[in-house]
Amino acid sequence: MQPETRQKIEALFEQYPEKRGALLPAIYLVQAEQGWVSAEQAEALAELFDLKPIDVWEVLTFYNMFYTSPQGRHHVYVCTNLPCSLRGARGLLKQIEAHLGIRAGQTTEDGRVTLGHEECLGSCGTAPVLRVDGRYCENVDAQEARRLVDALE
Amino acid sequence: MITTPQITGYLSEHYAADANHTLAGYERAGGFKAVKKALKMKPADVADLVKESGLRGRGGAGFVAGLKWTFMPEKSDRMKVLVCNADESEPGSFKDRLIMERGPFAILEGILIAAWATGAEKTFIYVRGEYALPIERLRAAVDEMRAQGYLGTKLFGKKGFDHEIVVHSGAGAYICGEETGLLESLEGKKGQPRKKPPFPAQYGAFGLPTTVNNVETFAHVPYIVDRGVEWFRGFGTERSPGTTLFGVSGHVERPGLFELPLGTPLRELIEHAGGCRGGRAIKAVIPGGVSMPVLPPSDLDVGMADELLTERGTHLGTGGIMVMDETTCMVRAACVISYFFRDESCGQCTQCREGTGWINKICRRIEAGRGSDDDLALLDSVPAMMEGGTICAFADAAAWPIQGLMRHFRADFEAHVREQKCPFPESFEL
Repeated sequence: MQPETRQKIEALFEQYPEKRGALLPAIYLVQAEQGWVSAEQAEALAELFDLKPIDVWEVLTFYNMFYTSPQGRHHVYVCTNLPCSLRGARGLLKQIEAHLGIRAGQTTEDGRVTLGHEECLGSCGTAPVLRVDGRYCENVDAQEARRLVDALE
Repeated sequence: MITTPQITGYLSEHYAADANHTLAGYERAGGFKAVKKALKMKPADVADLVKESGLRGRGGAGFVAGLKWTFMPEKSDRMKVLVCNADESEPGSFKDRLIMERGPFAILEGILIAAWATGAEKTFIYVRGEYALPIERLRAAVDEMRAQGYLGTKLFGKKGFDHEIVVHSGAGAYICGEETGLLESLEGKKGQPRKKPPFPAQYGAFGLPTTVNNVETFAHVPYIVDRGVEWFRGFGTERSPGTTLFGVSGHVERPGLFELPLGTPLRELIEHAGGCRGGRAIKAVIPGGVSMPVLPPSDLDVGMADELLTERGTHLGTGGIMVMDETTCMVRAACVISYFFRDESCGQCTQCREGTGWINKICRRIEAGRGSDDDLALLDSVPAMMEGGTICAFADAAAWPIQGLMRHFRADFEAHVREQKCPFPESFEL
C-alpha cells in the first residue's frame, strides 16, 4: 500500500463511529492503485483496520465493484436486467462480444477492455445502458456501443 | 446525460433549472425555509406533523415515515444517527438517482428536519457505488452546506442543534438496499441482513439508535413542513398521500419519470409514456419494480397506491412500472428476473440461497424446450417454500414475481413444455 493511500484512509477514520466503517471507502482507495486488490494489499488493509485478513477478503469478494484479479485498462458493462433486456440489451451485449472477440467476464488479449454484464443500473428510462469506466452511457444502440468501445485506448 | 421528468410536480418542479443542484439555486427556489420553520417547533411536534401528513416511505415498504421517527429513543446517552438509503437497485426504479442528481438539497434539508425531530447528530447517506454522478452531486452539496454553516454546530443559530452528513459509497450489492443489510455494509462488513428485533431504532448503525429513510422520503419532508399537512393530503389517496416519481420503462414509446399523485391509474401512466410501442397490445405490466407480482392487461384500471394494488395481489413497491407488449415471452421474463435474484441472494438463508438458483435453473430449462410437468409443479412449490421464512424480505421478493407470472401467465409456461420450444419467436432476445 502506497503511503499516500494509507494517509487518505487514515483521514477517513474520524467520519465513522468505528474505524471499520471506513473499510469500503478504503478498499476503493487501495483498488485505485492498480485497478484491483491483491492478497498482499488485503493483508495490509487488515493490519491497518486491526482485522483478520479473512475479514477483509470476505468483504472484497462480496461486492461486485471490488476486483481480486487483474482487470483490463477499461471496464465496459452492459445492464442486462429486465427493463434493458426488453429494449434489446442482450442483443447489444452479443454484438459487443463479437466486436471485441471476447465473452462477458473476459478481458481482451491486449488488456485493453474487460467486458461484463451488470444487474439493474437505475437507468431504465434510458435503456439500454452501458457503464464505461464508471460513466453511464444511455440510450445506446449497436453503432454507438461500437464507437464507445473503439474510443477506449 | 441527465433527463428530467416528463411531468413535474412539487418535488421536481425545478429539476430542469441549470442550478437546482447548487445551494444558490435551491435557495432561490425557496430552499431551507422549511428547516427554519421546523426549528421554531418542538422536535416532537415536527415528527407529529410528518406523521399526520401520512407520508409513507418511498423505498418500497411504504411504512409511515413520521411514525418511524417516533421509534427513536427520546433520551439516549449514545449518539443517534440517521441513514439515508440511496442504494436504489430495484430493477425498474430510477427515481432516486434523478432526485440526487437534480434536487440533492431537498434530500439534505429533509435530513436536517428529521435530525431536529429525532435528535440525530449524524447522517450517513449510503449511495450505491455505481451512482457516480449522484455521489459527486451529494458530496458537492454537503461541502456547500458546510461552507455556508448549514452543517456543523449551532445550525441556523439554534443552540444544541448540531449535525454532520457523510456520503458513503456502496460497492455493488442489491441486498444493501435492505435496511439492515445496508447497516452491516456501512459498518464495513458483508451486506448480510440482520435478524429483527432488535430494530434499527434500538440497535442500528454501529449499534447506535438509527432511523433509515429512503432518498425520496426525505425529499418530500421540506415541502410538507413548509406547506402543511392539508396541502400534502390534497395529493394522492387517503392512505397514500402525496406525489411520487413514477418510472415507466420497457415497451413504451417514451420511457421516463412522471411525478403524479399516488393513486393515478396505471393506464394513465402508460398513456403519458406514449402507450405501448408500435401500437402493439400490452401483455403484462410489473407495477413496482421486479419484486412485485405482474399484472395482466385487465388490471390496468388499478390506481397506483399500495392499498389499491394489494387488492390485485401486488404492491406499489418503488413505483417502477415495466410494460411488456404482446410479443413478450413470460418464461424469458422469468429467466431474467430469477437470474437477478440468484445473483443477488446474500446466501445466509438456505431456502433463499438454494431456492433462487433452483427457480432460475427450472425457468432456463423450460425456455430451452426441455421442461416437464414436474418443472411446472416445482415452480409452484419452490417459491411457496421460500416465502416468509427467512431473515429478510429478499426471499419473498424473489418468490413473488414467479408466483405472479404463474398466476397470470401459466399458459406461457405450459406451451413451452407442450411444444418443447419457446413459442414466442418475436420476444426480446435472451
